[in-house]
Amino acid sequence: MSTPTEVVIEPARRWPRPRLAELWENRELAFFLVLRNLKALYRQTFIGVAWSLFRPLVTTVIFTIFIRLVKVPTLGIPAPLFVLSGLLPWTFFANSVYWGSLSLVVNAPLVTKIYFPRIVLPLANVLTESVDLVLSLVLLAVLSAVYGVALGAEVLLLPVLLLWLIVTCLSVTLWLAAINVRYRDVAFIVPFMIQIWLYLTPVIYPGQLIPEWGRWAYALNPMVGVVESFRWALVGGPAPTSFIGPSLAVVVVLVVTGWWYFSRTEQTFADVI
Amino acid sequence: MTPAIDVDDIWKRYRLGKSAAGYGTVKEAFSSFVTRIGRARAEPAEDFWALKGVSFQVGAGEAIGIIGRNGAGKSTILKILSRITLPTRGRASLRGRVGALLEVGTGFNPELTGRENVFLNGAILGMGRNELREKFDEIVAFSEIGTFIDTPVKRYSSGMQMRLAFSVAAHLEPDVMLVDEVLAVGDEEFQNKCFGKIGEIEREGRTVVFISHNLGAVRRLCKRCILLDEGRVVADGPTDSVLQTYYDLIGGGEATAASEEHGRGGTRLLGWEVRSDDRRASVVRSGEPCEITFRLASTVDHHQIFLVMAIYSQDGILVSSLRTLETLGGFSSLDPGKYSVTFRLPTFPVAPGLYDVHLTLHGRHEGQISSWHVQPPLRVTSEGAPAEDGKREGGVLWLPGEASVERV
Repeated sequence: MSTPTEVVIEPARRWPRPRLAELWENRELAFFLVLRNLKALYRQTFIGVAWSLFRPLVTTVIFTIFIRLVKVPTLGIPAPLFVLSGLLPWTFFANSVYWGSLSLVVNAPLVTKIYFPRIVLPLANVLTESVDLVLSLVLLAVLSAVYGVALGAEVLLLPVLLLWLIVTCLSVTLWLAAINVRYRDVAFIVPFMIQIWLYLTPVIYPGQLIPEWGRWAYALNPMVGVVESFRWALVGGPAPTSFIGPSLAVVVVLVVTGWWYFSRTEQTFADVI
Repeated sequence: MTPAIDVDDIWKRYRLGKSAAGYGTVKEAFSSFVTRIGRARAEPAEDFWALKGVSFQVGAGEAIGIIGRNGAGKSTILKILSRITLPTRGRASLRGRVGALLEVGTGFNPELTGRENVFLNGAILGMGRNELREKFDEIVAFSEIGTFIDTPVKRYSSGMQMRLAFSVAAHLEPDVMLVDEVLAVGDEEFQNKCFGKIGEIEREGRTVVFISHNLGAVRRLCKRCILLDEGRVVADGPTDSVLQTYYDLIGGGEATAASEEHGRGGTRLLGWEVRSDDRRASVVRSGEPCEITFRLASTVDHHQIFLVMAIYSQDGILVSSLRTLETLGGFSSLDPGKYSVTFRLPTFPVAPGLYDVHLTLHGRHEGQISSWHVQPPLRVTSEGAPAEDGKREGGVLWLPGEASVERV
């Protein structure tokens, strides 16, 4: 066993230090929680993992019909590819924010009985979505082949974009999960919020529809930069240059403040939950 | 040598009442915000100090028990030591890896198999994957789960879940082990195994902090005890003398405290008393007649039930059990109301010492409905031999025999 460490227990701090080292020590716990989420999700379902393909497929079909009906411009990209490439990061965001914001309350028995860095819980929910994302990527690759769309070199940026997406999800989830411990209103607000958020994000329409002068304000929605970048990297179209700056800036602010707020309220979760 | 655990003047405040700065709805938060702006005095939150300046030290390799009445602060101190909650004031430090056994089985996911849960639970408790792989066989063997290890935990009996959960936790090999009431469940054989394991952990030079209502268990595992009352340390010293202080505190043997261990509700134990020679007694003399009366309140109808009084020695041996089924010649029923149940013993031929008394309510069809472990233990003395706490010599029975020595 390693050298004896000393654990010091002190009253709650107003300005807690971020405990990244401790989070790293608990990486295996995060891994097992992701595994648990996946197994618990698909056990006793009839088609199991196929759900992860079925859902984006059906959504893509419906949105494609919608786009064709109202004649939304898709920038020369085949409509199903246009939809799916936007749906990919969006679904990841919507699901991880929804489950992540509930994660502390759902795991209340754990939170009140055992110590571990609580941030592992929302983090695990965000990471769980990666599996669905990978399966949807397979679906996208098949569709691309069907429509004869070749992948560009931009696709190599995917790991970076994925990291960006994860941090974006985490930044929103940290705030919501921590607030939800105190105010259960969050559980009611989140589904509604996600619904509105979808319309503010270029999933079923291109961000280029927004006039040039308003794009920076539009991109203050951090998902705008992410979705536009995913679409650009996966199926082509105009580079999302004007969206990246504001979205990134907002995410940095959100993740730093969210982490701080979470760490601060984390100290009293067990008393309040 | 630096102590393994150093608790220095720990205070813990809980906020009670509706305006507590805690859980609420946005509406409440908003209205309290408005009141603050309006300079109106907000309704003061009721403060409750669960701990008021608790200090103690535990040396490496020492096993201590923490005892006290309900609400004395035992669980709070354990929650603070296991870092689930933070103190309001004060400081504590622990050296080495800390393992907490607070209500085993939390973190078990019913959908996952036993094997998957071992890994998940182990990770939650702080074990690495490699460490778990190494100990996996040992954990399964100890739990006696056998081939069910690949069955989803939701198909396990609660006893099986308990055993597996304890087994994972017991193999954590912490330097400091915090144990809370875990041994209250499980069958007797497994309980003994758990005691054995905790004893082993102790002998390996690890530090154990044990919190329990089961004073027999505390006596068995800990040489030293800390008595908490109303958030303060009242006594700290050798277990026997601290237990004595505890009995004095809760009323010198006439107290009526009982802890309900398992219950489906509906019936409460209001109190119990011992009568000997037609007087309320705090001690019973070996061989004398005595009456033990329990006062119960029932809020529901119970049909076809019987009550069992079981007397255990401090080392867990069942000395005797008496059932109303036989004494009344059949099942009884209880309507809502208050009852007194009396067991009359024409003689009490039990050796001097302390005995744990349990009362259980059984239904013909439901099985065990409620069970209570009454406090304090029954004290038995004999002529010229006062009750020596825990040091029962000469067995369990007191036989009024005579002996003689003659040359033949």
